[in-house]
Amino acid sequence: MSEGIVYWLQQALNALQLGSIYALIALGYTMVYGILTMINFAHGDVFMIGAFFCFLAAVYLGLPFVPTLLLTMLGAALVGVMIERLAYKPLRHAPRVSAIITALGIGIFLENFTLALAPYPKNIPPLLENVTWDLGGVSLSSLQVIIIFLSLGLMFVLDYVVHRTPVGIAMRAISWDKTFVPLMGVPLDLIISVTFAIGAGLAGAAGTMYGLAYPVIDPYMGIMVGWKAFISAVVGGIGNIRGAMIGAFILGGVEIMVTAFFPSTYRDFVAFTLLLLLIVVRPYGILGQPRTQKV
Amino acid sequence: MKTIGNVGWEWLMAQRWLLPVLIAIGFVLAFAIPEYNLLNKYVQLVMMYVGINIILTVSLNLVNGYMGEFSLAHAGFMAVGAYTAALLTQKVLPVAAYPGLFPLAVLAGGLMAALLGLIVAVPSFKVRGDYLAIITLAFLMIVKSVIENIDYIGGPRGIPGIKRLTTLPWVFFWTVVSIWVVRNFVYSKYGRGVLSIREDEIASDLMSVNTRRVKFLAFMVSSFFAGIAGALFAHLLQFISPRVFDIIKTTDVLIMVYLGGIASIAGSIIGATVYTVLLELLRPSTVAAMLGWLPAVVFDPLNEYFIRHLGVWRMVIMPLALVLVMIFAPRGIMGLREFRWFIPRRDLDAHRRPTVHGGSHGAARSH
Amino acid sequence: MALLVATRVKHYFGGLCAVADFNLELQSGELVGVIGPNGAGKTTIFNLITGVYRASEGSIRLRDIELVGKTPHQITALRVGRTFQNIRLFRDLSVLDNVRIAHYAQVRYSPLEALLHLGRYRREEERIIENSRRLLSIFKLEHLAGETAKNLPYGSQRRLEIARALAIDPELLLLDEPAAGMNPNEIDQLMEFIQWIRREFQLTILLIEHQMKLVMGICERIKVLDFGETLAEGPPEAIQNDPKVLEAYLGEGPVG
Repeated sequence: MSEGIVYWLQQALNALQLGSIYALIALGYTMVYGILTMINFAHGDVFMIGAFFCFLAAVYLGLPFVPTLLLTMLGAALVGVMIERLAYKPLRHAPRVSAIITALGIGIFLENFTLALAPYPKNIPPLLENVTWDLGGVSLSSLQVIIIFLSLGLMFVLDYVVHRTPVGIAMRAISWDKTFVPLMGVPLDLIISVTFAIGAGLAGAAGTMYGLAYPVIDPYMGIMVGWKAFISAVVGGIGNIRGAMIGAFILGGVEIMVTAFFPSTYRDFVAFTLLLLLIVVRPYGILGQPRTQKV
Repeated sequence: MKTIGNVGWEWLMAQRWLLPVLIAIGFVLAFAIPEYNLLNKYVQLVMMYVGINIILTVSLNLVNGYMGEFSLAHAGFMAVGAYTAALLTQKVLPVAAYPGLFPLAVLAGGLMAALLGLIVAVPSFKVRGDYLAIITLAFLMIVKSVIENIDYIGGPRGIPGIKRLTTLPWVFFWTVVSIWVVRNFVYSKYGRGVLSIREDEIASDLMSVNTRRVKFLAFMVSSFFAGIAGALFAHLLQFISPRVFDIIKTTDVLIMVYLGGIASIAGSIIGATVYTVLLELLRPSTVAAMLGWLPAVVFDPLNEYFIRHLGVWRMVIMPLALVLVMIFAPRGIMGLREFRWFIPRRDLDAHRRPTVHGGSHGAARSH
Repeated sequence: MALLVATRVKHYFGGLCAVADFNLELQSGELVGVIGPNGAGKTTIFNLITGVYRASEGSIRLRDIELVGKTPHQITALRVGRTFQNIRLFRDLSVLDNVRIAHYAQVRYSPLEALLHLGRYRREEERIIENSRRLLSIFKLEHLAGETAKNLPYGSQRRLEIARALAIDPELLLLDEPAAGMNPNEIDQLMEFIQWIRREFQLTILLIEHQMKLVMGICERIKVLDFGETLAEGPPEAIQNDPKVLEAYLGEGPVG
């Protein structure tokens, strides 16, 4: 293979890895938005909590990869449900922005609570043996393969759950209408909790994988990654699950390509400028539906 | 039901002459305190931060509270103001010889920020709600990124060694000006246009409100004062870098706006003051100072504990307090309500029932 | 001279044709009713006239000024006022502010005068407060000036909406189902009231209504729409007996 192609393939692989992690987090944003039209600004910090759970499970419990992942997802899901019950549920009938501010507050709380308990950055031990293969010049690590395939697997499961199971149908029904759907016997509170649990669980999985790929974790790691994932959800069309995945891979791709061709300090500039252009061209995201106001 | 406290408050709010008197006293104190060291340097510093935060909060409230949008760009406008003013005082204006030139630099910072506010207003014509929030976020990130990539202004390292030109009188002056101008704006046809956009933009347009013009103005005024606050901030902190003006700074201001209450000047003042002062009160050194009267046997271990832990825990306690306020008062402390002092007398009279006694309703009226 | 002339107006939502061929000539001072089954495109026509939607084809002229392509506030400033089918007040604002806001185009002071409360600000504010209170008193709402609009009872909200539309100082008033949700007694009062404001404010009124009693009772001319096309047009008596109208309303021709 020519060098150019090798280089491109290598970057595409990196983009897939970054995009997978963004996608797992973006799904949580978009699911919660779909069901409550609320931006859960604490979600990036749930991802951070996930990374710390992963650290706890791996270091203090000495667990191997699979139990660590499952425990992390479970722990993050619990945190997600708790946040919803304690902080968001009382505000369900308040102005929308109050819930957003509460979410910001919860985010700051999670960051600083973690900081209080863990003042120094932590190292996640390598839970998996990392083998690197050389495929005609393109180097592919087993870690990358696992991150990409595990993420894709989780996304397929989610897509199946949302489109093919009763819980998923209930979720979509509630995102359509919150007044009359519960009257037909759909348990509103339960479905909202399930939504938060799934979203937070996926963020927990993302935290684990992020921790494996970039092992140094700190309490503020969720802020920037969270915003990026949120942007992915918006690019894809917020509220739309498949859109969130597409958006995440686009953003991952753009970021990797910018770093490949420009100084890395231009990354955010180009990424956000592209975001602006996209919103101008498609104000409701790639797969989003415009919500027209009836006159 | 009227309690004695209520009656007292109403009486106080009816004494409109008190407001100018208080402002005048404030000015005298603003000059006297640093001149005669009436309060220690730390308290003076906190007072200046309170003032700057009031400017930021009142101005962001215009867009986020009165207009009902969710702008995340405020730290970006602040950065523009801070960098413009700092570059002027560091490289262009001979402030060392003529300290009187400082207000020019501050004004320039505000104007630059207002100019950028115009640009951010343009997407708000088409896009609303969450998507406008994203656009303002992108704007903030782009401002930060641009600053990081210009070496002349220090890049990611920022500008160190800025002269400390921000003084208590200047902060007080600009705080009063920002409150006065925002209040004037709100109680004008443009301000009512802003309110009607929050309520129902299409109906507003159909009631002859030139919504584009109103949005332009609201964003301009809002970003102008963010720029002013940034300029004052830079010459107080004496060091600025792109990291000072990141999303966390915007989050701080957002919290002050919604804590105090949307669409309320009184709320902005309360929100900014309460938040800033509480954060300072929870500082280990402040707590230690407050507990200084305790006997050494008790004080020393306590003090040691505070110094080690409180600095971190205060940022755990504050957001929890915010969440509680939001749950019990979702519109914030003063949401949609106003001190009658800030409402023009003409507006108060116009809203009064046409009765013989000229009865008024409550210490604060809703818009 | 005709006040409003709409010729061959077409409007599509995506591929869906909402208004196929709408024509209307409204003389100054007329009171014309538009009726038609649900989905006949009645409200769409109001939205086309006031600039909420831009007509896909055709022209709408007010005193020979083309309205197609103008924004709602530009059209409103040409003295076109309207109400809404489902009340759209500024719910969290005071009754007085609801009416004051509609004065926007008539208030003449610059942004700078507004920011500093100088110059023409005082005079203009006093003028519109006076005018707003006058309108409120006409509508028996003056004692509620400081009340939040959403706290008003339904009937008062309807009245406030008309007061707000009149604050625009309209020559042409568009009323979108003003009698919706009213009982027969209230409709009688409303009919008198519409006649009265028409005289008092020298209005030309175009109204959409389902209540036949109101339409037949006060309109001089009625236009029956179906899918945006004129099915019939004429004085109330003629419309009442038009077989095409009966068919559109009852679905089938009269049985037997």
